Order: sequence, then C-alpha cells, then structure tokens
Amino acid sequence: MKPGHGEIVLAEGDVGIPEEEQELIEAFRRELDAGMWAAVPTEGLAGRREAELVKSFDEVPRDAERVIFFPRAAGGSPPAGR
Amino acid sequence: MALPLGTAAVLLLVLFFELARPTLRRAVTRSRVAIRTRRAHAVESYDPGRERRAEQRARALLRSCVEEEDWEIYNELGFLRVLGPVGAARGQGQAPYAYLIYPHKPIVAYVPATGELLNEYCITFPDHSRPFGSSRLPHSDDVLAKWMAITADERRLIGEANMHLPGRQVDPERVRRDLLRLARWERERGERELGGARAA
Repeated sequence: MKPGHGEIVLAEGDVGIPEEEQELIEAFRRELDAGMWAAVPTEGLAGRREAELVKSFDEVPRDAERVIFFPRAAGGSPPAGR
Repeated sequence: MALPLGTAAVLLLVLFFELARPTLRRAVTRSRVAIRTRRAHAVESYDPGRERRAEQRARALLRSCVEEEDWEIYNELGFLRVLGPVGAARGQGQAPYAYLIYPHKPIVAYVPATGELLNEYCITFPDHSRPFGSSRLPHSDDVLAKWMAITADERRLIGEANMHLPGRQVDPERVRRDLLRLARWERERGERELGGARAA
C-alpha cells in the first residue's frame, strides 16, 4: 500500500525457483528497511480470516499467496473533527 | 543581372542557415525537453482519476482479505466490525467487546451487549518516505491496514495507539446510529438466510 496510490505490485515470483525467491527476498528487505510492516492474510485458529505480521522472509508461510506491506502504525491524533 | 543576384541570394541563405543551424538545433531540443517536462508535471500533479482508481484497488484488496460478511458490512455501512478478543474461539455467547474501524478515524471500542462506548484508539499510517506533506492511504487501505494490524497483534496496536475517551474525534451519536444500523443489518441478513433456508 502506498499513500496516494493504493496497491502496487512490488515483486512476483515462485519461492520454489531460487532466482525468483532471491528477488522476493530482496523486495521484502527493501520494504522493511523503508519502515513498512509486512502482513500475510491467513486464517486463524477460530476459522476466521485474520492477518499475521511477519518480520523476516523466513516467517512468511511457504504457501502464502501474497505479502502486503503497509506503513508502520503510529499513534496519531489529527485535529478533532466530525 | 537577375541571375547573379539570385545566385548570390541563394548562397547567402545557405550560408546563413549553415551558421544558424547549431543554434536552431539547440533551441528545438530545449523546447522539446521543456514540453515533455511540462507534460510529465501536468500528469503527475493533476490526475483526477488517480485517487478513484487507488480506492477501487484498495476496495478489491480489502474484500480479498476479510470475511465475506465483514466486506458486506463495510460495503453497505461504511465501517468494519472486529470482535474481541481477536482470534478467540467464539461459542454462542456474545463477544465481551468489539471494535469499529472507520476510514481515517480512530478505532472505536464498545460493548456489543449494551452498546456502551469504551474508548477511541487513534492510529495513523504515516508515509515515512515523505515526512513532509505526505499523502494518505486510500480509505479502504486505511481500513485494511487497521484490520491487519489489529487482527495480527491486537495488544501491540492498542499499545501504539493514542487512547481517548469516546467522543474526542468520532461523534458518539454517529457511533450509536451505526450500531443500530449494524444490528438492523444483521437482523435482516439473518431473516434473509432463514428465508433462503426455508425456500430450499
């Protein structure tokens, strides 16, 4: 997710192919170095959809279809307005 | 007489053109670059469809991540509801608390059984690559970011957020109206499903 633009595809590849996996790892590191959070949509123990935050590429489930990067959360308090 | 004069004129013209050619070429190149730059700036600064397209993509992404029922709530009512504690298995009993996630507004915690509002959790997703004048995420991306953060690590998100009493930024009357709309929506959905099951 990129502010002002929305979803942008950063990299695509098959983790089973070493060259493509390396590209995915590099893209993953680049985003985390830029201060983004990485999340993998998944299904929780209760059977409901949820997300899992991952801090390294090794934590990404091998069968994950995608990793979503989004800006790191920060406590905010924009001007009060309704 | 005319022939030598005409020849001289042609020679002068050719000579002038040869002398002026490098200057003319530079001027043409400069103007081409200027036109291209102006066009590029114009596209970057004014694209009336960009935000709309970004929001459409964000809605598609949100829909692909959340439960179908949650998507319908967001699509029809404009907010997401997350039952707490996140990730807990739920039986027949009601959740002890829940969150309402609005786009670009604080997350509102409430008690589903009574409708009592508990707190507002103010959270933002600033663009760290552009510390000055950074733009915002599309509405549905903001909702998805909150949803992912809260379902992945509820405690951490709540710890990061600035907590306030209800009513600081989100009108409590609006939240109560939204809770009534949500209750009506769930009732009608239940009736629709019941009707569908009977018909089958």
